[in-house]
Amino acid sequence: MATTITMPQLGETVTEGTVAQWLKKPGESVEKYEAFVEVSTDKVNAEVPAPVTGTLREVLVKEGETVATGTPIAIIDEVGAATQSNAHGTEPTQQVANAAAAPPKPSNGSTAHAAPAPQAAHTAPTPARHAELDIAGLEAALRMASPAVRKLAREHRIDIRALQGSGANGRVTAQDVLTAAQMGPAAAVGQAIAIGTNFGATGAPVMPPTHAKPPAGGTSTYGEPIPGTTIPLNQARRIIAQRMVESKHTAPHAWSMVEVDVTNLWKWRQREKDKFDHETGGLKLTMLPFFIRAVVESLAAFPLMNARFTDEGIYVNKDVNIGIAIGLATNLVVPVVKHADQLSIKGLAVASAQLIDKARRNKLGVDDLAGGTFTVNNNGSNGSIASAPIINGGQAGIVTMEAMVKRPVVTADDAIAIRSMMNVCLSLDHRVVDGYVASGFLADLKRRLEAMGPTGVL
Amino acid sequence: MAVSSPTQTTQLMNNVDAVRATLYDAMKNDPRTVILGEDVGARGNVFLITKDFAKEFGPQRVIDTPIAEASIVGIAVGMAMEGLRPIAEIQFADFIYPAFNQIVGEAAKTRYRSNGEYTCPLVIRTPYGGGVRGALSHSVSIEALFYHVPGLKILAPAFPADVKGLLNAAIDDPDPVLFLEHKKTYRLIKGEVPDGHYTIPIGKANVLKEGTQLSVVSYGLYVHWALEAAQQLEAEGISVEVIDLRSIRPMDRTTILQSVEKTRKLLIVHEDNKFGGIGAEISAMVAEEALFSLDAPIRRHCAPDVPAMGYAEPLEHEYMSSPAKIADAMRELARF
Repeated sequence: MATTITMPQLGETVTEGTVAQWLKKPGESVEKYEAFVEVSTDKVNAEVPAPVTGTLREVLVKEGETVATGTPIAIIDEVGAATQSNAHGTEPTQQVANAAAAPPKPSNGSTAHAAPAPQAAHTAPTPARHAELDIAGLEAALRMASPAVRKLAREHRIDIRALQGSGANGRVTAQDVLTAAQMGPAAAVGQAIAIGTNFGATGAPVMPPTHAKPPAGGTSTYGEPIPGTTIPLNQARRIIAQRMVESKHTAPHAWSMVEVDVTNLWKWRQREKDKFDHETGGLKLTMLPFFIRAVVESLAAFPLMNARFTDEGIYVNKDVNIGIAIGLATNLVVPVVKHADQLSIKGLAVASAQLIDKARRNKLGVDDLAGGTFTVNNNGSNGSIASAPIINGGQAGIVTMEAMVKRPVVTADDAIAIRSMMNVCLSLDHRVVDGYVASGFLADLKRRLEAMGPTGVL
Repeated sequence: MAVSSPTQTTQLMNNVDAVRATLYDAMKNDPRTVILGEDVGARGNVFLITKDFAKEFGPQRVIDTPIAEASIVGIAVGMAMEGLRPIAEIQFADFIYPAFNQIVGEAAKTRYRSNGEYTCPLVIRTPYGGGVRGALSHSVSIEALFYHVPGLKILAPAFPADVKGLLNAAIDDPDPVLFLEHKKTYRLIKGEVPDGHYTIPIGKANVLKEGTQLSVVSYGLYVHWALEAAQQLEAEGISVEVIDLRSIRPMDRTTILQSVEKTRKLLIVHEDNKFGGIGAEISAMVAEEALFSLDAPIRRHCAPDVPAMGYAEPLEHEYMSSPAKIADAMRELARF
């Protein structure tokens, strides 16, 4: 029986997709749930799993070709149910679920990003498929994780995939997590669930030691870097390159920087972080949501900064949607906090943590990335004190949070004090605004950040 | 409400004795107390709870009524509003339906409707529950039909000492209380009951047995069976906490939540039907307040959704739970 595969819809507002790469050639066999084609839309790449087991008879769309969602892209000749059952004993879904529920014991020092592939990885493991199965395993494990298990795993930074479950069908129970926690932090480092640690506010000691490594399941935009060879461009890398050139060439960038005294803001954040952590079941309160809050308030005061240049004129955006630039080790994504002006600092903290978590798990959908009107880049987590960012195309500007550093500062009353200082850099599209507006915006942002302190409300 | 501490001396009683002793004291100590219902006078109640009361207190205070439940409660509401302390009896809970309007529409709303000018210090006692070959008309559980109603308190004690303490609290309460007595426990369950007048606060559950792996909330007859099952599981190495709700409304949220936060698993056991039963409210409350403590789905072990308990013994057994069935439900949840 032949099954026709159509272009999937990878996001609510998506109408078309590009076949980035065929992972299977015609004539090759494919397992149900095995990734057989990589589809890209805008910035998102997704591997599409086969809905049936069989042989790929024909591909109907060439690599690089873009077609509407629902368009047939391939035909798979399905094998009989008997063959399938002989080959695997049980349904593949079942195997994936079981593998996740009873994961192999962790090898010494293994961390989340190096989580062993589920034992049910019965197909010949190419690296790409490996990653896909691993994500499926994680998904299944999380599906079986009770609210108590998730909460305890967050609190104790336990990667539940590395635990041997003692519950029914190998389920990891709350007691299993507690037992693992008592065995010490080395037992399992839960990078995958340590949401938001990577953007840990400037100077904040919340970065796990492993943070420089690639995130679990993240698709690299690079191939293996071998000296003396050329790394072929994949779809994501190509798009990033294209976007950067476009923005830099079409929007005349101007640049400015202010230094901001964030001593009181830092105190406020220090005072709130434990309570926040407790209330949200383990989310980390970083400087980012405070910063975004100040930015959206300044955007409200300077609506021209929340605009874009068009041939017809300057379009002033209705919504305030803030993109957060997330530099993963091998990729750059800018998910968007929608209606950021309508969220409290707490709301922004949760929304941004969710997006960052999704980014690290390679789970961002097209809708997560669309609609940004202004961008914030937390550039300081690695110590940078000034940067000239490239504007996200179609926006009027981008601001960075640079590293917070303690410096001796001459205060208003001519005393010298040790203050926590942070530089904020702005790149602006000079077609949209002139330096006068931009510097007014920066001054306003500085004033708002400096006014934030422990008496504020999250 | 004053909580007096029980005195040192106690007497062994069953639940019938406990109801009888409490009613007798109320009649003796407060001339405003009136008992009314079918066969409460000359016959002395079908379970002999008010035997000889009419002789001692007279037909003015121990009133035999016609078989007319709406009238029993309606008259009692009037008595309560005008200063008496009526204790109305519905002979079997199965026949309470004609009085639904008087209970829900009148008694429960009196304080609210009169802006606090009138209260309705009324107790409605009624035997309920199955397991006695009572078939369709002598086996029902009615609590879920009434627990939706603000303004009405519902009590369902399981032990003689609780029967006395809570019935005293119900009589002292300035608002209407529906007092449910499980008829199978009437003579089956015995226990030490403190002498003298004491009350147990309405709205306080009782942790009968502490445990660490699983919380079981129940009330009425099934509390006894749940306790028996929990003790059996203790021998198997499974530690079960058993909570006797005692008060269905108001419900002791604190005790339930504290227990679930400790054990992370909740099993609700009741004789009433599952759909829309008391367990549904407990489940919703725990899901709202303690989701992140739960390590397993909340389970409800309740009666099937059939209209009534059959008369035939196999049908009654099928409908009712048992210590063995409850133990199985506990094991299953402990294993999860």
